[in-house]
Amino acid sequence: MNQSAAKRGAGDVMLEARGMSKRFGDHTVLQDINLSIQRSEVVCLIGPSGSGKSTLLRSLAFLENYDDGEVFVEGELLGYDRASDGRRVRSRPSRLSDVRRNMGMVFQQFNLWPHLSVLENVMEALLRVRGMKRDDAHRLALATLEKVGLAEKAGAWPNRLSGGQQQRVAIARSLAMSPAIMLFDEPTSALDPELVGEVLQVMRQLAEEGMTMVVVTHEMGFAARVADRVLFLDQGHIVEQGPPTRLFRHPQSPRLAQFLGNYLERNSLFEAAPALNRVDD
Amino acid sequence: MFDLALLVQGLPLLLAGLWNTVWLSACGLALGFLIGIGVCSLKLSERGALRRLGGAYISVFRGIPLLIQLLFIYYLLPRLGLDIPAWVAAIAGLALCSGAYLAEILRGGLLTLPVGQVEAARLLGLRGRTILTRIKLPQALRATLPALLNEVILLIKASSLISAVGLAELTRTAQNLAASSFLQLQFYLAAAVLYCIVNISLALLAGQLERRFEKGRA
Repeated sequence: MNQSAAKRGAGDVMLEARGMSKRFGDHTVLQDINLSIQRSEVVCLIGPSGSGKSTLLRSLAFLENYDDGEVFVEGELLGYDRASDGRRVRSRPSRLSDVRRNMGMVFQQFNLWPHLSVLENVMEALLRVRGMKRDDAHRLALATLEKVGLAEKAGAWPNRLSGGQQQRVAIARSLAMSPAIMLFDEPTSALDPELVGEVLQVMRQLAEEGMTMVVVTHEMGFAARVADRVLFLDQGHIVEQGPPTRLFRHPQSPRLAQFLGNYLERNSLFEAAPALNRVDD
Repeated sequence: MFDLALLVQGLPLLLAGLWNTVWLSACGLALGFLIGIGVCSLKLSERGALRRLGGAYISVFRGIPLLIQLLFIYYLLPRLGLDIPAWVAAIAGLALCSGAYLAEILRGGLLTLPVGQVEAARLLGLRGRTILTRIKLPQALRATLPALLNEVILLIKASSLISAVGLAELTRTAQNLAASSFLQLQFYLAAAVLYCIVNISLALLAGQLERRFEKGRA
């Protein structure tokens, strides 16, 4: 799994959106999104609430079925198949699972299964999707929990854990399936402030190991330190994108400048330069 | 009004009647449960036609009195050339009817599940049936346990109607004994006690299950 030496080296496209649009009724949530994510790249999506960043991420996993354009996962069209007459039809569930087989996702609300123990949460897909033997699944699940620092919580019920621990279990559950791409939908937004750090630490470790990551986040410090590229979304458009230092220091669009200004104002009480220091603890 | 000797004499008959009540109800409920899961899945389907089919099932089998359903099955099927024994008609009637109620109870439980849990399962590659049996149903059963117990007890009591297709279950047996001995109070009281024993045992069992589930939630 350790690919830090090869980070940004491979250059193959893991995830791509071409002219992708999404409407809810008359309301266009995403318009003509073009996006290409390379192996081992860490991309952060930022923007005001309602800008469409979560919808974009969910469309990249086909949790929302996009209306126009295309999404490719490792070169394969996601969510649709070409019919013989050239029109496209929704993929069958088995096909969809197959295209998404190397994709993992972590949600704002963790979405652990509360009736299963922490260990069982991590083992479930290993047993029923990978078809692993119980012993092997058990061993791999424990090792993965160890990686997020929660091996000693293996027997606990999810609801007995803190939010930060639950989110780390959710990361382990996804990670155990050895995904090549991981999507994070505001992974720290439901957490008490003092629990944010432990989750970001795990994500940062993943990034250093070369995981391809797309992260919707309000944690500008994380974006500044960990992202290779930051995308600023507003009203369903990618308004601006680039390396975090450029975007945060020299925003080109007035909308991004305003967004960052608001953020700095909110956080200036505690830190002088939050965009660059936030993850240091 | 009471005659202990006659009661002791009638007890084997009463217990045989109780046994019929219990095993026919149990089979009816087990089948009804499978029907309930199926109908509930129809009603939660993304396709309108399937949803309407599920809705129609519930309207019919919840709308028609169980007694009439039983009589229909018992008298209609032989006319169609299907000669079925009474116990099959009884189980079929109980299953078809309880299936409609159980479908709605389970649907209520499934609707309270956060969609995110299913999204997470899909992203991990779990397929529809696995998600149903491993993620959705276990939680729906826990959430609806009190309502399910209600339905089970109601059905056990309603199973007295299967005497209409000629089976001597507990109520009919008590009726027969009461009529032949003229000790109405004694034998109806005995039947009442036996029903209570079964249903209270079920309630205790459900209570224990509930406490076990709660340990995990807290």
